[in-house]
Amino acid sequence: MSEPKPEQPSNSLLQGGSRADVLLPIADDELILGWRNSEWTGIAPFLEEDVAFSSIAQNEVGHARALYQLVAEELGTTADELAFDRKPEEYRCSPFVELRLVPDWAKTIARHCLYEDADERRIKELLESDDPEVAGLAAKIDREEAYHRIHSRMWFDRLQDVAQFQEALEELRPMVDQRGEHLSEFEQLWEEMTEVRRSVAGATW
Amino acid sequence: MVTEERVWEALAEIPDPEIPPISIVDLGVVRDVTVSNGTVHVEFTPTFLGCPALEVMRDQMAARIRDLGAEPDVEVVLDDSWSTDRITPEGREKLRASGFAPPAPREAGGPQLVQLQSKAFKCPYCGSTETRLENIFGPTPCRSVRYCDSCRQPFEQFKTI
Repeated sequence: MSEPKPEQPSNSLLQGGSRADVLLPIADDELILGWRNSEWTGIAPFLEEDVAFSSIAQNEVGHARALYQLVAEELGTTADELAFDRKPEEYRCSPFVELRLVPDWAKTIARHCLYEDADERRIKELLESDDPEVAGLAAKIDREEAYHRIHSRMWFDRLQDVAQFQEALEELRPMVDQRGEHLSEFEQLWEEMTEVRRSVAGATW
Repeated sequence: MVTEERVWEALAEIPDPEIPPISIVDLGVVRDVTVSNGTVHVEFTPTFLGCPALEVMRDQMAARIRDLGAEPDVEVVLDDSWSTDRITPEGREKLRASGFAPPAPREAGGPQLVQLQSKAFKCPYCGSTETRLENIFGPTPCRSVRYCDSCRQPFEQFKTI
C-alpha cells in the first residue's frame, strides 16, 4: 500500500479509511451472492425468475468487478487477483451471502429482500465518500440496484402473508450484518469459483 | 495525421455487440476523445457494470484506432456519467426501428414499480401504449420485457438508468 495507514485504521471512507478496508467486504459480498444467485439459472420456479436471478447475478458480479478494480488501483494489483487468487480465509464476505439456498425459494427471496435493504444502506453511505472515484462508482451501482430493489419489494409484497417466508426472514435476519468465520459451504464455492485461475495461469475475468 | 474528428467517425462505425443496429457512439458510451503525439485517448463508460459487451467494445475501439495508424489508450471510467439519456436521437430511432423500445427519460428519484407498470411505454411495432410489464429483467441487464396488448407482440424495453 502506498499511503501510510493511521494507527487505528478507520472503517469508513468518509473518514479516510483505505479502499481495501471499506470496499473489499462489499465486493466479496457481491461476488459471492452473484454466484449464489446464478445457481438458479435454469431451475427457478418461473421462467421470469430464471431471467431475473440470472440478470441480478450478472449485475452483482459486475459491481464486484468494478469495486475490486478501485481496490486494485490502491493495492497495485488486479481485479482478477483480488477476486480469484486469495485464500478462502482472506475473503471478507458475510456468511449470510455464502449460504447455499437452492432449492428453497422462500429463503432465497427472504435473503434477496434482506440483502437489498442492507446493501442500499451501505451504497448510500458510499455516495458520501470523500474519494470521488468511490462516490462516482457508488452512484452508478445505486442506479442499477434500483431495479433489484423494485424486484425484491415486489416479491416481499407477494409473499408477506406466507408463513414460510416470514419464518425464513426471522431465521436469516440475524445473519445480515454478521462477519467472521466462513461457512463450510463457502469452501466448496471457492473451489469451484477459483478452479479456472488455479488450473490456467493468467486466465482473466 | 489522425484527428479527433476521424476517430469519432471511426468509432461511429462500431456496432453495439448486443444490439448491432446502434453504434457505440449512438449509445453514448464514448465520453471523450483526445489525440496527442500519435496516441488516441478514449474515455469510455460502460452501460451496466455487468455488461459482457464491455471488453468487446473496448477491444474494437482499440482495433479501429490502430487501423487509423495511431496508438490506442482506452480508459474505462467507472463513474456515473453514462445514462440512457446519453443515447442520441438517431440512436433512439434505430433502437425503435429494430424492435427495442427506447428508454424513457431519466427522472429524479429513480425508477418505481408503479411507473414501470403504467401505460407510459409505447410498443415499438405498432405504437400503442396498451403495453404491460412482463419482467423487469430481460436477456441483457439493460432491457426489460413488455407485452403489447394491441398487436399481441412481446418486445424489449430499454431500462432507464
